[in-house]
Amino acid sequence: MTARTNNRMLLVKLTALATAMFMFAIFVLPPLYDLFCEITGIGGKTDGAYTAVAVEVDTSRDIEVQFVATNNATMPWDFYPIEERVVVHPGESRAVAFYAHNRTGRDMLGQAIPNVLPNNAADYFHKTECFCFDNQPLAAGESAALDLVFIVDPDLPASVNTVTLSYTMFDITDRTAVQVSQVQ
Amino acid sequence: MAHGPATLADGWGKYISRWVFTTNHKDIGTLYLWFSFAMFIMGGAFAMIIRAELFQPGMQLIKPEFFNQMTTMHGLVMVFGAIMPAFVGLANWMIPMMIGAPDMALPRMNNLSFWILPFAFAILTSTLFMEGGGPNFGWTFYAPLSTTYAPDTVNYFIFGVHIMGASSIMGSINIIATVMNMRAPGMTYMKMPLFVWTWVITAFLLVAVMPVLAGAVTMMLMDINFGTSFFDAAGGGDPVLFQHVFWFFGHPEVYIIILPAFGVVSQIIPTFSRKPLFGYSSMVYATAAIAFLSFVVWAHHMFTVGMPIAGELYFMYATMLIAVPTGVKVFNWITTMYRGSLTFETPMLFSIAFVILFTFGGFTGMMLSIAAADMQYHDTYFVVAHFHYVMVAGAVFSGTAAVYYWLPKWCGKMYNETMGKVQFWIAFIGFNITFMPQHFLGLAGMPRRYADYGLQFADWNMVSSIGAFMYGGAQILFLFNVIRTIGWGKPTNDSQVWEGAEGLEWTLPTPAPYHTFSTPPEVK
Repeated sequence: MTARTNNRMLLVKLTALATAMFMFAIFVLPPLYDLFCEITGIGGKTDGAYTAVAVEVDTSRDIEVQFVATNNATMPWDFYPIEERVVVHPGESRAVAFYAHNRTGRDMLGQAIPNVLPNNAADYFHKTECFCFDNQPLAAGESAALDLVFIVDPDLPASVNTVTLSYTMFDITDRTAVQVSQVQ
Repeated sequence: MAHGPATLADGWGKYISRWVFTTNHKDIGTLYLWFSFAMFIMGGAFAMIIRAELFQPGMQLIKPEFFNQMTTMHGLVMVFGAIMPAFVGLANWMIPMMIGAPDMALPRMNNLSFWILPFAFAILTSTLFMEGGGPNFGWTFYAPLSTTYAPDTVNYFIFGVHIMGASSIMGSINIIATVMNMRAPGMTYMKMPLFVWTWVITAFLLVAVMPVLAGAVTMMLMDINFGTSFFDAAGGGDPVLFQHVFWFFGHPEVYIIILPAFGVVSQIIPTFSRKPLFGYSSMVYATAAIAFLSFVVWAHHMFTVGMPIAGELYFMYATMLIAVPTGVKVFNWITTMYRGSLTFETPMLFSIAFVILFTFGGFTGMMLSIAAADMQYHDTYFVVAHFHYVMVAGAVFSGTAAVYYWLPKWCGKMYNETMGKVQFWIAFIGFNITFMPQHFLGLAGMPRRYADYGLQFADWNMVSSIGAFMYGGAQILFLFNVIRTIGWGKPTNDSQVWEGAEGLEWTLPTPAPYHTFSTPPEVK
C-alpha cells in the first residue's frame, strides 16, 4: 500500500514539475527574453518615447547616424529615408523624415519595427517623436512623410562613431486585434 | 496457465485485446520497440528519397517543395518516432528486470503513454496527403517559417507534437517512479546498472524540457490562429525568441537521445570484455554532469543570429566543457576493454563502433562549438555529418546492439550470428560512406536542406547516396534477422545467455517469463 501511495505522490510531483515547465516556457521565457534584450541591447531594440532632459550638447563628438528602410516580405509600399545619413552631436535634438507611399489600390495599415546597430548603442539612441510609436495608415495611392525626432545620448560609448537605425515596414492590414502599443 | 498472456491460439479477438489493454511492462516494451522500428523504416524511406534526389545535381525525382517535406519529416520521425520510443521500449523491458521490480510503477499510465503515440504519428504523416503538403520548415521548425509562411497543415503538426510530448512525459514519470519506489531490497542507487542510471537522468531531462517544447508549439499555435505575436516582429514579438525557446528544449533533447545509448553500451562492453565496468561511479557522475550542462549551452546552435561577444564566449566554453564528462565516459569504456578477454559478438561490434564513431562525432561537435569557426560551418553539410555521427552511429548503433544483446533473453532464441555480423559490417561501412563525405561537402560550403547543389559537389553526393542505400539495406537485413530469430531461431534456455553477463536480468529464466520478480530478489 505504501508503494502505491509513494507512486501517486511522485506522479503528482512530477506532473506539477511538467506543468510548471510548460508555464515557464509560455509565461516566463518571453518576458524574460524581452527584459534581457532591453538590459543588454541585444536585438537592437530601442526604448519607447523619450522625454528630453536638458543636457549639454557635446560638440567635441560627431556621430554619424545612418538610416535604413526595408519592406518586409510582401509589403508593396515605397519606403525610404529622405536623408540617408546625418551627422549630429550627442545631446542635440534632430528631426528627420521617412517617405512612404502606398502604391496599391487599397487602404493599408503598416507598422515599422526599429532596430539599432551596434547593439551597445541601442540604449543611447532616444526617440522623442516617432512614426513607429503608432501604426501608419495610408489610403490607396496616398503618400506621407513620416517624422522622427531623436537625440543621441552623450553617454554613448566612446567606441561608437556610427549608429545605424533600420526600420522594417510590416503589412498589418489584415491583422485583427493587434497590440501595437508596446511596439515602439 | 491461469495468468498467461493470450496467444493467437485463443483467437484474434483475445489476442488483439491483450495488446491493446496490456499493462505488462514486457508487452508494452515490445509494442514500443515494434512501433519505433516501423517509424525507423518510414523515416529511413524518407531519407532514401532525399538521397535518391541528391544522387545527381538537378531535379530528377521530386519537386523541391516535396523535398522540404521529406527533410522535415525524416528528422521529426527519426527523433520523436524512432529513437526516443526505441529507448523507452528498452527501458520498459529492462528496467523492472534490472532492479528486481515486478512491473512498472504505473502500469495503466504506461499503456496510455504508448497507445497515444500511433495517433500522434498518424496525425503527423497524414499531412503528407493533404492539400498544401506536410510540414516543410525543417525539424527545428523555426518561426516565421513555421508560422507566417507555414502550410495550413501546421496545426496538425502542432497537435501531433503535443501528443508525443504527453507520451514522453508520462513514460518518464513512470520510469522515475519505478526506479525510486520499486527497487528490490538491497538495490541501492549506486548498485543500479548504468542503463537504469542513464534512463533516470534522461527521464528527469524529459520531464523538464518536453513541456518547453509543448510551450513553443503552443505559442506557434496562438500566433497562427489567435493573433498573438510571440514570434512576429510586426506585433512586437521576436523570431529569435523562438530559437531560444526551441533550443532550450532542443539541446537537452540531444542528450535525451544519447544518454540511454551510453547506458546500453555500458552494459554490453563489460559483458564481452568479461570485466566489470571501469569507473562505475565516475560514469554516474559524468552522466549527471552532462545532463546539467545540457541546460546551459543551448545558444551554441544559434551563434549566427547575432550575439554579444561575451555571450558567444560563454556558450563556446560551456559547450567545450561537456567534452570533459563525455571524455570520462569514453576513457572508461576503453579502459573496461583494456586487458579484458574480448570476444566480438554482434552486440559488442556495434558497441565498439559506437565508441569510435560517437567520439568522432563528438570531435566534430568540438569544431562546431568554436563560435568563430561556426560562422562557416553553420547550416552546412558539416553539421548534418556531425549530428548523424552522434545520432545514427550513437543512438541507432547502440539501439541495434541492445536488441541483439537482449533478444535471446526476450524470446529464448538465438539470432543468427553470421547474419548479425554481416549486417554490422554493411551498416558500419555504409554509414561511413554516407556521412564521411558530408564533412567534405560541408567544409566546401554545401548548405543543408536544399534539393539541388552546384556541380562541384556532385561526386561526393553520389558517394554519399550509394552509402545511404547500403546502410538502408542493412536495416532490412536487421528486420529479417529479428523476425527469423523470433520465428525460427535456435532455442536456448541458458539463463545467462552471454558468458560474461552480469546483473539481475540474467538470473531470470530464458525466455523471460511473462511475470518476473513477483517476489523481490535479494541483492547483496
